[in-house]
Amino acid sequence: MLNFRRHSFKHGVHPPENKDETNSLPIRQFQFAPSIILPLSQHLGKPSKPLVREGQEVVRGQLIAEADGYMSVPLHAPVSGKIRRVSNVPTISGKMAQGIYLEPFPSSTQEVLEGEPISWESATAEEILQGIQNAGIVGLGGAAFPTHVKLKIPDGKHCDELIINGIECEPYLTTDHRVMLEQPDDIFLGIKYLLKATGAKRCIIGIEANKQDAADFLKGFVKKGDPITVEVVPVKYPQGAEKMLITSLLGKEVPSGGLPIDVNAVVVNVATTAEIGRLLPHGRGIQERVITITGPGVKKKGNYLIPIGTPLRFVLEELGVHEPVSEVYMGGPMMGVAVSNLDISVVKGTSGILVFTEDQVRRPQKVYPCIKCGACVDACPLSLNPSKLGILAKFEEYDQMAEEFNLMDCFECGSCSFVCPSHIPLVQYFRLSKSIVRKRKAA
Amino acid sequence: MFKKTLYISTSPHLTKNTSVEVIMRNVVYALLPTSFFSVYVFGWNAALVLITAVGSCVITEHVLCRISKKESTVGDWSAIITGLLLGLTLPPIFPLWMTFLGGVIGIGMGKFLFGGLGYNVFNPALVGRAVLQAAFPVAITTWYSGFMADRFSGLHSSILTLPFMEPAVDGSSGATPLSAFKFDGVLTETSDLALGLVSGSTGETSAVLILLGGLYLVIRNFMNWRIPVAILVTVFVFSGLLYLADPSEYPSPLFMLFSGGLMLGAVFMATDMVASPITSFGVIVYGVLIGALVVVIRIWGGLPEGVMYAILLANAVSPHIDRLIRYRVYGTKAKSA
Repeated sequence: MLNFRRHSFKHGVHPPENKDETNSLPIRQFQFAPSIILPLSQHLGKPSKPLVREGQEVVRGQLIAEADGYMSVPLHAPVSGKIRRVSNVPTISGKMAQGIYLEPFPSSTQEVLEGEPISWESATAEEILQGIQNAGIVGLGGAAFPTHVKLKIPDGKHCDELIINGIECEPYLTTDHRVMLEQPDDIFLGIKYLLKATGAKRCIIGIEANKQDAADFLKGFVKKGDPITVEVVPVKYPQGAEKMLITSLLGKEVPSGGLPIDVNAVVVNVATTAEIGRLLPHGRGIQERVITITGPGVKKKGNYLIPIGTPLRFVLEELGVHEPVSEVYMGGPMMGVAVSNLDISVVKGTSGILVFTEDQVRRPQKVYPCIKCGACVDACPLSLNPSKLGILAKFEEYDQMAEEFNLMDCFECGSCSFVCPSHIPLVQYFRLSKSIVRKRKAA
Repeated sequence: MFKKTLYISTSPHLTKNTSVEVIMRNVVYALLPTSFFSVYVFGWNAALVLITAVGSCVITEHVLCRISKKESTVGDWSAIITGLLLGLTLPPIFPLWMTFLGGVIGIGMGKFLFGGLGYNVFNPALVGRAVLQAAFPVAITTWYSGFMADRFSGLHSSILTLPFMEPAVDGSSGATPLSAFKFDGVLTETSDLALGLVSGSTGETSAVLILLGGLYLVIRNFMNWRIPVAILVTVFVFSGLLYLADPSEYPSPLFMLFSGGLMLGAVFMATDMVASPITSFGVIVYGVLIGALVVVIRIWGGLPEGVMYAILLANAVSPHIDRLIRYRVYGTKAKSA
């Protein structure tokens, strides 16, 4: 079959990158907060089941909540301390959800409890997948999808290509960049686990051209005979979306409604890969992750290794956010979520915290009618017609949107809303429309 | 700290720094050189026609918004574009009351009846002009030569015709290059056409300035360059083939390109975003259609000029072009419509 290498996907947008302020700052360890808040649902799928009682003392790395079935991952204590309460905790959605309050011991050595090590050489694919689930690993790029589920190759399919996603196309974020520069051994060890788990023959590390230093650095670690290549792709949002990256690197399109495995590929985020390489040899679970904290409202910008469950308010206070804060996002500015409450905590899927003050907040802009300029049509990476979809959404023609205009393919990258000169909340319409269509189908 | 309320918005939290108002305002800027040049060529007469047309469109838009109890949409600058374009397509000594009527019809029938900005099927300025052409066939073909000695000292009598009166036909009217060709078989020098040293509608004269305005919009990414290019290439190739077949019967392709309202129409009217297709391939089909219609009407039709009808017809077809020509959605097979 012909396999044209296009090295990029069609359309897309170029938001200002704003990565310069943090991309040269090394990852620094963040201190322990006086109180840790751990929602039991830090991943897509079923929340984990708590294994601890109030007043119980736990050691750093100890399993405190187990996976509830296959579509779930366990939770480990990020610090040694005492369980204060097992009750409802605030979450980013604004709803309260079941969780655990943990109070760290102030003078503990914070040594990490180790479990049963898994060696990439001797373990089977199944054992590696089980190990990944036991470590509580989810997609650290932001989606927080349980990694072991993603890596499980369905019966009748096979994986040829393992793609390591080091794109980080969201503006401001530099966590993957720093991980690639500082944790190459973990990444390459993680790749060994992943190649074995998926049965892939080749591995491509995809990196956006604005991180050429990371690409050159990682190339130096590829040994002769390794089935690993490092490829640089053009800077364009949303290059880091699975489908777009597959098209850029392999020249193939994932079928509508399908998964990467339908074109014999699996895509894993580079920080997730590093985590697998770091945790599995020791049988540990995730306790912390790298987060870029930046934005005009932050004095001590940087990339920090922060324990899971650290309250947002504590993070911001420690980093010298003293001016009145107006808008805080978790994740990047294109797909991240605005925070309604600073008492929520850092979770496994938090890749960035962006802080904006009063004068930098994007004000609600006047909405004009669609003038059919076509900017959204030329921005949509899936070649959908957001202009038409937006008009249909206004008239509540949800079924027509799904059946005739491929609404359900939209993965909500927000490129259409980004370019719209009429300031029509296109992607916001589509989120709503998609959930309505899903509900109608379920009914 | 943190006493202030947190703003909540849904992603994306970044937007491109642009708006409909910015686009429309820049189109007006791009039309200014052409407008000022026409005042220079035709004097105060042209200035009055342009001012009346713009004023009429703006007032109509404002009043209609008020009547329908909506917020006035005058601030989006689109009515000003309609006014300027209407004024630029009229003869420089067109009676002011007719000009005003054209603006009322263009905005009222061409735009407001369809639902306002974004919903119009046709270019509103051309709707206004089409009605004027049907209602006042003599006045709208009464041309006036440029560079008259008295153009800045007085006004032509025709322009001040009382409402509901037809102007007296004036002997000083110069034939346009297209009508001269059509009815008398006389060809005008292409260089005169390009620089605008001929008689014609207020804004039909200087192709160079129109192209500069278009170039500005293309560079600022406020215009789809494919539309004018498709139109002009089609006109050039189509009329070029005819010219090669029989140079004595058919005009040269350069004459076709630079005469009449083709430049203004191709650059500023066919590119109305609302009334043109949305995909890159769709606009090329649309442009080719306009170009072909222009040549057909000019050469075989009863009228000397066909740009207006060509664009209006293509406007009507544009939604169907969008229905038939779509991008193939990622991960799907090409769909037959």
